[in-house]
Amino acid sequence: MLGYTIRRLLATIPVIGMVALFVFSLLYLTPGDPAAVIAGDIATVEDIERIRQNLGLDQPFLTRFWVWAAAVLQGDLGISIFTNLPVTQLIGQRVGPTLSLALCTLLVAVLVAVPMGVIAAWKAGRILDRLVMLFSVAGFSMPVFVLAYVLIYLFAIDLDWLPVQGYTPLRDGFWPWLSHLILPSIALGTIYIALIARITRAAMLEVLAQDYVRTAHAKGLAPSAVLMGHALKNAAVPIVTIIGIGVALLISGVVVTESVFAIPGIGRLTVDAILRRDYPIIQGVILLFSTVYVLVNLAVDLSYRFFDPRIQY
Amino acid sequence: MFANRRSALAALWLVSALAGSGLLTVSAAAQQKTLKFVPEADLRSLDPIWTTAYITRNYGYMVYDTLFAVNEKFEVQPQMVETWTLSDDKLSYKFTLRDGLKWHDGQPVRPIDCIASIERWAKRDALGQKLADLTDSWTPIDDKAFTLKLKKPFPLTLDALAKPSSNVPFIMPERVAKTDAFTQITESIGSGPFKMVKEEWVPGNKVVFVKNTDYQPRKEAPSWASGAKIVKVDRVEWVYIPDSATAAAALNAGEVDWWQMVPPDLVPLLAKNKDIKVENTDPLGSIGLLRFNQLHPPFNNPKMRQALLYLVNQQDYALAIAGDAKQGKPCPSFFTCGSPAESKVGSQVLTGKRDLAKAKQLIQEAGYKGEKIVILSATDQPIVHSQGLVTLEILKSAGLNAELAANDWGTLINRRAVKEPIDKGGWNIFHTWLVGPDMTNPAINYPMRGVGEKSWFGWPTDPKMEDLRNAWFDATDPGQQKQLIDAMQEHGWETVPFIPTAQFVIPTAYRANVSGLLISPVAFLWNVEKK
Repeated sequence: MLGYTIRRLLATIPVIGMVALFVFSLLYLTPGDPAAVIAGDIATVEDIERIRQNLGLDQPFLTRFWVWAAAVLQGDLGISIFTNLPVTQLIGQRVGPTLSLALCTLLVAVLVAVPMGVIAAWKAGRILDRLVMLFSVAGFSMPVFVLAYVLIYLFAIDLDWLPVQGYTPLRDGFWPWLSHLILPSIALGTIYIALIARITRAAMLEVLAQDYVRTAHAKGLAPSAVLMGHALKNAAVPIVTIIGIGVALLISGVVVTESVFAIPGIGRLTVDAILRRDYPIIQGVILLFSTVYVLVNLAVDLSYRFFDPRIQY
Repeated sequence: MFANRRSALAALWLVSALAGSGLLTVSAAAQQKTLKFVPEADLRSLDPIWTTAYITRNYGYMVYDTLFAVNEKFEVQPQMVETWTLSDDKLSYKFTLRDGLKWHDGQPVRPIDCIASIERWAKRDALGQKLADLTDSWTPIDDKAFTLKLKKPFPLTLDALAKPSSNVPFIMPERVAKTDAFTQITESIGSGPFKMVKEEWVPGNKVVFVKNTDYQPRKEAPSWASGAKIVKVDRVEWVYIPDSATAAAALNAGEVDWWQMVPPDLVPLLAKNKDIKVENTDPLGSIGLLRFNQLHPPFNNPKMRQALLYLVNQQDYALAIAGDAKQGKPCPSFFTCGSPAESKVGSQVLTGKRDLAKAKQLIQEAGYKGEKIVILSATDQPIVHSQGLVTLEILKSAGLNAELAANDWGTLINRRAVKEPIDKGGWNIFHTWLVGPDMTNPAINYPMRGVGEKSWFGWPTDPKMEDLRNAWFDATDPGQQKQLIDAMQEHGWETVPFIPTAQFVIPTAYRANVSGLLISPVAFLWNVEKK
């Protein structure tokens, strides 16, 4: 297990390296010029060229990649072209809101979706099952931003229960922190709930048809004990897998959610950087996202052994 | 038990992670009177000389001060300067600074700071470059006075030092102003009415300013960037909300106090709320522009450009941009309507009956052979995109083979710098807009320039226009200056360096407990009260 973990961790290095090269190449080929954005509408071609030279953007591809990669190997993600602040500092400023939003969303999604999926499987073919599936289809079909506006209108403007936008750090109190995350978490979590609920239902239906479940029922165990103690644990592998895959969905989802709710997270940092072609930020954030994604996948793989001891590494 | 301990550890980890990102320190700003302001854009750079972005100019007005400033009558007024004199030969100015001018770090403002700042500004700004060309020397006399010696009289010297829009000649400490003009400064130390709290700056989200208690306002009433800059709140937070619907909801809910630029379609929604006021506080507004690439066919032929004058209906553009006749209107002048430079000479070419037959005749005379016409557009910039859509329709109505190359603004500004033909990534037309103060005279109206490949994008070559502009620089009499502006306009209808599409104002909205907003082309935050 330990050897497997180390091997997997070592395998992430070339993966991250490939991602870095791919992202750098993609940005190099993408039309757009940060020097032109910086110079503004009034600048001349000569002004833009001077700024480009000062930023080193006139250097050949390999030179630029080598300078950047060498710095990254030393833990330096570079300096934002526009703000002149270190990318690590900018990411550091944004980690809190995004981490808070992601954790709340995951929490909401898992706490709601897994019971929904279990109940739907338990009552398969009945009205409760159909309601869960209806919600699942609706939740999966509704764009995050539409749901976000509906939630803002209902709960922030009409009922005035929750704030419209922004983020309050935990240092300013638990409720202010949580109150700013409830609507974004629901908006972002709905699609995730729909996905996990469907997968949970499918996995549970398969498990509930197994002989050992019938045996458990025959032994006289309570339905809840059979569902939670026997069936759910055996259905956990695909559920955990989909939660892991969902992290990727979450990463793309926070971009929209953070924009609509004006949360200063990493998603908005990414969008803003792309729009103005702030290459060091884009490269830094994508490296971060790919690292997180690789590590989440590793954690998911390792968790299989917890749920199914037959799995050996 | 084990599970409980694991849960507790997980909770501890979560709290540690959040604390590690600086989230668990106590805020000290709770009790202050704070004005929450939603600005027009995200502040990305702290250097108003390095970039011409209007948001950085606005930041500059918060933190820095200027030697002179223009008032609402377009008169130059002293700002940091107490007195000034001009020698009889009009070659030597002497400036004396006001008492009590201090940098945010408590150090006094010195003449050497002013000189270094003006010299850096002059390396980037067109009017500044003109002043620099005519400058013999800047010399500090003592700790408050300095002189400017010119090689030849330059009647626009004070106008240059009072330039109200990008690049504004803000005064910075000498050590900062010594930075190369093409390298961004990182410090935020000025002598203006607000101090930036840099530790609280979260790019893309929030910029925090506090009142500069050392600031000594002038005695005169505030008028545009001149006069008393009295700060009436303790703290100003610029809260950048990228989504318009969210910003509207935040203002409705009272989470923010003032939203600088309200998209026209959201005005009716906000106007329904009795606790919100929606007003036009910008007397000059902005001007939409249709710009041609004059390096390549078909718009290298003036008849093709003239043809479009008979097709453009400014009412259509005004409506497309502003969505409401109250916010947009025709402005058939190459210079900002409402400014002293506004000219009506030859404007009937845009105000008269639209004449498709005349346009088609000019197109035929130009020898147009159906070449493809590429109109650059940016879908993330509604003002740019709406103009592009209108232009596409009018070109098609005249039988021109036009297509819209829609992308984002970042791509547009990159492609518009391409001087190659369209089959090699070039372009024929793009649209943008400039704020009114940027087109109030020939010195700063750079789309009028005709210096070939050194001109602004589109690169017109027009020696006669340059001669008229140079004559305007030398003119000392306001009447003579106006005649030259009229002559430039008359010539402009022949060469058509660009077509002004409309003049529009983007309204501002604020909570009813906010008062004291200044009527000005820039959203200044001094004089603003919150009850």
